[in-house]
Amino acid sequence: MEDIYANDKTICRLVKAKPDTIHFLLEYSRSLHISKVKGIVFESHKN
Amino acid sequence: MEVLIDDSLLIKRYINGDEKALETLINRHNQRISGFIYSKVNDRDITEDIFQDTFIKVIRTLKRGTYSEEGKFLPWVMRIAHNLIIDHFRKTSRMPMFEGSDSFNIFSFVSDDRLNIEKQLIKDQIDCDLNLLIEELPEDQKQVLLMRIYKDMSFKEISEITGVSINTALGRMRYALINLRKIIDKNNIVLTN
Repeated sequence: MEDIYANDKTICRLVKAKPDTIHFLLEYSRSLHISKVKGIVFESHKN
Repeated sequence: MEVLIDDSLLIKRYINGDEKALETLINRHNQRISGFIYSKVNDRDITEDIFQDTFIKVIRTLKRGTYSEEGKFLPWVMRIAHNLIIDHFRKTSRMPMFEGSDSFNIFSFVSDDRLNIEKQLIKDQIDCDLNLLIEELPEDQKQVLLMRIYKDMSFKEISEITGVSINTALGRMRYALINLRKIIDKNNIVLTN
């Protein structure tokens, strides 16, 4: 009887961004540095 | 018990340098934003890309200090995602992606007929070997072969230039090929691509 039910449970998994993507975004945020000089905005990325 | 901090407070903290606040915001709204994007594009990889681009815009706006607290955070992020989804469909309609099936493969019709680098190297080697073999032929045969194969001249033209009859030119070509084969067989040379 249990064989009748679908085995593939992944079909119903919720759509969520992967941890890797979130990690990338957090790293991107940490590296992004904004500086304003005489009204001009500069973006730079720190390593 | 975990206290639910308001989005606006998390944004303030993030703008003031608390990176952890961003993590909370992303994790809090991850499922809703991803679900929204997926409902439009129906592809997990594209959803991931648009989600990433959305938050890159969010991060840049917040860090630049241009975010205005007019509306709520989530609807604002949703609007960014929505605009990126529209951009995605604009791009794909300009460059529609075609996926083949088992019965139809686009590469049966569209192909690159250039040799790959390995075959090109083999071909260059064969051309080089063949030039050395041709150098071994008697001068009259070599002359006819070069004019016929490399200069694409007719036997009539060859006969006029070399001052022999067409039959003689044909005979020299025939012997040139026979002699080339003999040299190849004698030296066990393999000329294939």
